[in-house]
Amino acid sequence: MAEVLVYVDHVDGAVRKPTLELLTLARRVGEPVAVALGNGAGDTVATLAEHGAIKVLTHEAAEYADYLVVPKVDALQAAHQAVSPAAVLVSSSAEGKEIAARLALRLGSGIITDAVDLEAGDEGPVATQSVFAASYTTKSRVSKGTPVITVKPNSAAVEAAPAAGAVESLSVTFSEQATGTKVTGRTPRESTGRPELTEAAIVVSGGRGVNGAENFSIIEALADSLGAAVGASRAAVDAGWYPHTNQVGQTGKSVSPQLYIANGISGAIQHRAGMQTSKTIVAVNKDAEAPIFELVDFGVVGDLFDVVPQLTEEIKTRKG
Amino acid sequence: MSLRIVVTVKYVPDATGDRHFADDLTVDRDDVDGLLSELDEYAVEQALQIAENSDDDVEVTVLTVGPEDAKDALRKALSMGADKAIHVEDDDLHGTDAIGTSLVLAKAVEKAGYDLVVSGMASTDGTMGVVPALLAERLGVPQVTLLSEVNVEDGKVTGRRDGDAASEQLEASLPAVVSVTDQSGEARYPSFKGIMAAKKKPVESWDLSDLDIDEDEVGLENAYTTVESASERPARTAGTIVKDEGEGGKQLAEFLASQKFI
Ligand SMILES: Cc1cc2nc3c(=O)[nH]c(=O)nc-3n(C[C@H](O)[C@H](O)[C@H](O)COP(=O)(O)OP(=O)(O)OC[C@H]3O[C@@H](n4cnc5c(N)ncnc54)[C@H](O)[C@@H]3O)c2cc1C
Ligand SMILES: Cc1cc2nc3c(=O)[nH]c(=O)nc-3n(C[C@H](O)[C@H](O)[C@H](O)COP(=O)(O)OP(=O)(O)OC[C@H]3O[C@@H](n4cnc5c(N)ncnc54)[C@H](O)[C@@H]3O)c2cc1C
Repeated sequence: MAEVLVYVDHVDGAVRKPTLELLTLARRVGEPVAVALGNGAGDTVATLAEHGAIKVLTHEAAEYADYLVVPKVDALQAAHQAVSPAAVLVSSSAEGKEIAARLALRLGSGIITDAVDLEAGDEGPVATQSVFAASYTTKSRVSKGTPVITVKPNSAAVEAAPAAGAVESLSVTFSEQATGTKVTGRTPRESTGRPELTEAAIVVSGGRGVNGAENFSIIEALADSLGAAVGASRAAVDAGWYPHTNQVGQTGKSVSPQLYIANGISGAIQHRAGMQTSKTIVAVNKDAEAPIFELVDFGVVGDLFDVVPQLTEEIKTRKG
Repeated sequence: MSLRIVVTVKYVPDATGDRHFADDLTVDRDDVDGLLSELDEYAVEQALQIAENSDDDVEVTVLTVGPEDAKDALRKALSMGADKAIHVEDDDLHGTDAIGTSLVLAKAVEKAGYDLVVSGMASTDGTMGVVPALLAERLGVPQVTLLSEVNVEDGKVTGRRDGDAASEQLEASLPAVVSVTDQSGEARYPSFKGIMAAKKKPVESWDLSDLDIDEDEVGLENAYTTVESASERPARTAGTIVKDEGEGGKQLAEFLASQKFI
């Protein structure tokens, strides 16, 4: 069976969930070979093997953290040369898409971004995309070169599928471009203790209706009662009530959780673009005409300052 | 010293319109109004600010690859304050994908002459967010992308990139390709004077032969990707909507419990 390269997104050796989802999809089209780069690359092996990686190619070098994007492209190109895979899968983070695009160009390949599903096809893997703010579903494939495909988080289940996970160290020669853009400083995000927005099973969001930074504690309390991540509309972010990293929508994060709860959000097309593929959608809004209600499985027309605290209390009571 | 900035701008169907696909599975441009991708307004704005804050002699050129109507996008950028415009238009470009588009843009940027390319973070139709990285790869210059803050000084570009795990400070030498996010600062509205002035600014038209690109390198037939089908997503089945009469939170909890979320 052909091998499929899976680029590993990890933080100092801790593999992020979207990579495990990629392994699930990779097994549909071939045998997953993972590529782990940078500090802690060696620590990813056990987790990757447990989820189906037959091989893990690792390489540690300071360049991966000190320079933007290109060193990782060089490494994937080296891995491609070593393995001759049937496809290359990368998760759809901003950086992941840039890495994938430059790799595709070097390989003479096409690229498909933001796939929400992947199946084997007669002429190579077929990717499903959800486009125009999720109003259309398309099926596409790469018709030239080795398919390079980026996949959105939460597009597949994480499955245990123990495999050999044989470690090989990858030999990488960095290109002249590799050191072009220097990372001169890095401020890590402060951890909130809540799940990562794009990876969370439940997202609770607040919009302009929340009416103030201090009131976001109501949204956070609901999120915490459900073990959820907190999101925000651009209106709430632009007002300075919540950080931009939590923005959901076209110019923020695209989320696809099991449950999305929109509070005081009208449902503008740019917001819908980032949450419309959520499995179950619920909204609280005092305006019965708000477009968000066109999307919901369950909606409450009412004041969020009454409804949300009551909901949080009820959840706590039921959970005991 | 002089600084030549090329801003890439895309003409897109209005996102608030009823967007759909034509029979050949490319974007239907007939039934929806088109406009300058809103996210490219931020690129124009940053280019103009770089020009205004520079002691150098700066020229800002806006560049689009697109159909006849894409001139509207150029005119808007010119009325915001750009100096001149280039429109790459050719029937053979219909259906070109990201790899092909980046080829055309790279050749046009090279022909125009540049020290700095400024792009948007993503288009509002394809939304791939890959063209700036592809351009940097093709041009062989540093990629300094997704900046929420950008500065150009002494032949260097610096800026802040807010990533998932960290906020990074970046630095590269010119020439370079930059892309800016919608956090980089509100784009200005064209003034009446700007709109009048734009009418007199030069718009050059180039086709594939001007760029030494063969027709078999671009277009739908030669794309690196193939769209096999496009189907309208069925409208979500109407959900239950209740009016809060004092029990709304509890009713919502009941729904969540019935769906096993609690
Ligand atoms: C290029 C571009 C990109 C964009 N990207 C994004 C993006 O990534 N994400 C995004 O979210 N937006 C984005 N936007 C902005 C988008 O168009 C909307 O302006 C924004 O989503 C509105 O946010 P909102 O729903 O919170 O505010 P509003 O539209 O003002 O809605 C507030 C809602 O709260 C309700 N409300 C008020 N008070 C209460 C109360 N006490 N209880 C219950 N309900 C209440 C109101 O009835 C109303 O429906 C983008 C726009 C553009 C042009
Ligand atoms: C719904 C949809 C899905 C698509 N999926 C794919 C796909 O999976 N693979 C693929 O190869 N192609 C795809 N395409 C085609 C692709 O969108 C176009 O080829 C496009 O020109 C480049 O991608 P983008 O618009 O996503 O640009 P992005 O990479 O999002 O654009 C970033 C920036 O590049 C500049 N730019 C982009 N295009 C132009 C232009 N024509 N003129 C001037 N500047 C420009 C702008 O500054 C823009 O802000 C898709 C198109 C649509 C409408």
